[in-house]
Amino acid sequence: MFYSISLYLALAIFIIGLIYKVSTWFSLTISVESKKVSTRFLMALKGVIAAIFSGRILILLKVFFLDVIIQRKVMREDFLRWLAHILIYWSFMLLLVMHALDSLITSRIFPDYSPTINPFMFLRDLFGLFVIVGVCLVIYRRFILKAPRLKTNAMDHYAIILLAIIMLSGVFLEGAKIGSYSIYESMVEQYSGMEDAGEIKPLTAFWVENFGVVSPDVKGPFDQELLKKGREIHETSCVTCHSRPRWAFMGYSAARLVKGIAVALDRAGVHTFLWYIHFLACFIGLAYLPFSKFFHIFVTPVSILANSVMDRQVSEAANVETRQAVEFDACTHCGQCTARCSVAISYETFENANILPSEKIRSLRKVAAGKESGENFARILEGSSICTNCHRCTDVCPAGINLEDLWFSMRESMFKKDYPEFSLLSPLSYYRGLMRDTIPEEDYTKPLVRARNTITAGYDLIKDQTEVITIPAYDSEFQDKSLSFQASAFKDCFGCQTCTNVCPVVANYENPKETLGLLPHQIMYSLGLGLKDLALGSNMLWDCVTCYQCQEQCPQGVKVTEVLFELKNLAIQSVKAKAV
Amino acid sequence: MRFALFLGCNIPARVKQYELSSRAVFRKIGIDIIDIKEFNCCGYPLRNIDYKASVLSAARNMALAEKQGLNIVVLCMCGFGMFKEAEHRLKESNALKEEINAILAKEGLEYQGKTEVKHILTVLYHDVGLDVIKEKVVRKYKDIKIATHYGCHALRPSDVVMFDDPVNPELFDKLVEVTGAKSIYWQSRLDCCGAPLLGINDELSMDLTKKKIVNASESGADYLCDSCTYCHMQFDNVQQMIISSGHDGIHALPAILYTQLLGLSLGIDSKALGLANNRVDISKIEEFLSSI
Repeated sequence: MFYSISLYLALAIFIIGLIYKVSTWFSLTISVESKKVSTRFLMALKGVIAAIFSGRILILLKVFFLDVIIQRKVMREDFLRWLAHILIYWSFMLLLVMHALDSLITSRIFPDYSPTINPFMFLRDLFGLFVIVGVCLVIYRRFILKAPRLKTNAMDHYAIILLAIIMLSGVFLEGAKIGSYSIYESMVEQYSGMEDAGEIKPLTAFWVENFGVVSPDVKGPFDQELLKKGREIHETSCVTCHSRPRWAFMGYSAARLVKGIAVALDRAGVHTFLWYIHFLACFIGLAYLPFSKFFHIFVTPVSILANSVMDRQVSEAANVETRQAVEFDACTHCGQCTARCSVAISYETFENANILPSEKIRSLRKVAAGKESGENFARILEGSSICTNCHRCTDVCPAGINLEDLWFSMRESMFKKDYPEFSLLSPLSYYRGLMRDTIPEEDYTKPLVRARNTITAGYDLIKDQTEVITIPAYDSEFQDKSLSFQASAFKDCFGCQTCTNVCPVVANYENPKETLGLLPHQIMYSLGLGLKDLALGSNMLWDCVTCYQCQEQCPQGVKVTEVLFELKNLAIQSVKAKAV
Repeated sequence: MRFALFLGCNIPARVKQYELSSRAVFRKIGIDIIDIKEFNCCGYPLRNIDYKASVLSAARNMALAEKQGLNIVVLCMCGFGMFKEAEHRLKESNALKEEINAILAKEGLEYQGKTEVKHILTVLYHDVGLDVIKEKVVRKYKDIKIATHYGCHALRPSDVVMFDDPVNPELFDKLVEVTGAKSIYWQSRLDCCGAPLLGINDELSMDLTKKKIVNASESGADYLCDSCTYCHMQFDNVQQMIISSGHDGIHALPAILYTQLLGLSLGIDSKALGLANNRVDISKIEEFLSSI
């Protein structure tokens, strides 16, 4: 009764959760030009049907076999992780079909099925062992091997703990049942039809000797005659439905382990208690599945298959957006993307976990659901922008997620909000420049202007071109400490203007001062005079092509380009410090 | 001769032909290439925003190569420049080196400064040598004028990169001429391609690119030759963008990577050199080649 109620309750929660999660696939906002929920739903339906009833079905079948069943991408990247995952994935699926759903599946295929006979008895333990070995490998990888920057979050702990509880409760439940005298008694009553204690005794002796049952009064060593008699009874009444429990090698080992206290455990009803733990853990896992890491069991194949037949250039924009929403749930947080990320090492200096793809995807899901703002939003935007678009995360993602596409879409939709992002003012923007045609003109320039304006906002001095500037007191803090020893060579500048004269950027404009603010030599002067605001507020910093002509040709050996680099760093640092 | 090959971020994703042609040339010349899967960003794009992050990136790569006792060959000039900058600064500042090594130590790495970083042109010119290349050339170019583009970050700052004479370099010209092609003199040959500003100030970036293309064309060049990821994307992808947006009718000047130019004259198949990957068509360059 309790079992059925909890099962149906878990199933109901699971189904409601599933419907809720699937509905978010059509409502999360990812694209700059996000489509309506109903349009996305209908388009997706149309797309799925079109893909299935076309030549693409062959691609889907091939990909399903290679990437869902065999998981070749994981194997290629990390054999240990592949082994762990395959052991868990295949064995758990087999346990689900053969053991958990035995009344629905196994007993229909094999009419003689009974959980206590071979091969089922043995296979159950074998698959269980595989799962346990897999979980141990996972624990080894996450907590002992500790790949650099691999993060383990609460959801990963939950998955490991839940699997461990299900598996260990299963093993000990089996062990408790093997040793249990009360279960033995009820089996005798149910299957042998014997009532006479004298008749039962040889059988009990035989089971205590060979089947691990621990009886409170019947104890060995036994007389050979008695055992022989017991065997005869066993062979007529029991053998067809009960193999030797040694075949259930894990449960049997557990039974041997607790042999000394088996009678007490049996009286305390420990096997009932373990049974509750075992099925309740399974039901909790089922109910919570759509909200947990295990949701990937359903969604990752969808993502892998969708990506195998979709192309951003050709597919409907609405479907690309829906696919990207699915991808959020397809992520298993395995960390492969982070392991191969080109800028992951920058996490160490920026201390922003959103740089790491495996963490970024989680944060971006919250952004897509409209749940992030303020400081958090700015950090996620920074993490998303520090990316060289090298495509490696996408190449290795075993869930088939087109991460690079997802980053690109999410970045652009985040740029629509009013947050300045300064890494746009670096060559990290190169890819965005190449992709310019795919972005509406206004959306393209706005964040660039915003980044520049935010930096210069604090430096009023540079805006008023007519004012006679009063030279501030010598700012030793700035001049001596902010700039490195190398850059502080600006003090040697004697004002020949060679730097400005050889600058290709200056040469590109008729009236360079108007566009650039200060010219290179003027920046060197301002530094000499301690006019920090002028140096940091000048557009020249962000329009410098870093060609090093100025530095190369300076007769005084002033490291002009290096100074500009350092000023850029300083300007960004100080504007960020102000924001906090 | 063995090197760890540093591809960086853009080559595998967007300039695949540079990887293909470099590997093919290395094979032909007999240079062993080792791939280090753990290599990350060279650090160059991070320099504008956080210097330490950029040096850390470069140092991690060098530490990875150092662990295997390998020198690094870099295909990109911006990447090469970044490595040299990091090497230079880490030699100069012990404090920075300690800070960087403290971070690297978390994953069992250490930067000691033993690994030498070279650009592919330097390897071909100094380590292999013009004579050896000359012997391997089987098809010579005839009557072709090449505008050889040096690239800023390999050339300057000269005291750090030590690539060639910054005012009157000749290393790249000589490498071009070994194939039989004529490397012409053009006024803006040492100027910037404009790449560092693409995505930041596209107009300015494209202005600089156009100027170079126009100057090279006017100087009589049939092709532009580069040997840097960013320069190549600028002269190829961005030039294509400029042309297709109908920008004041500049005359298209196809850009070929040096490894493609050399590869053809070494007798390597155009497919193996990824000629078709270039946006601005360079397939006609084979017409300038003598038959084997």
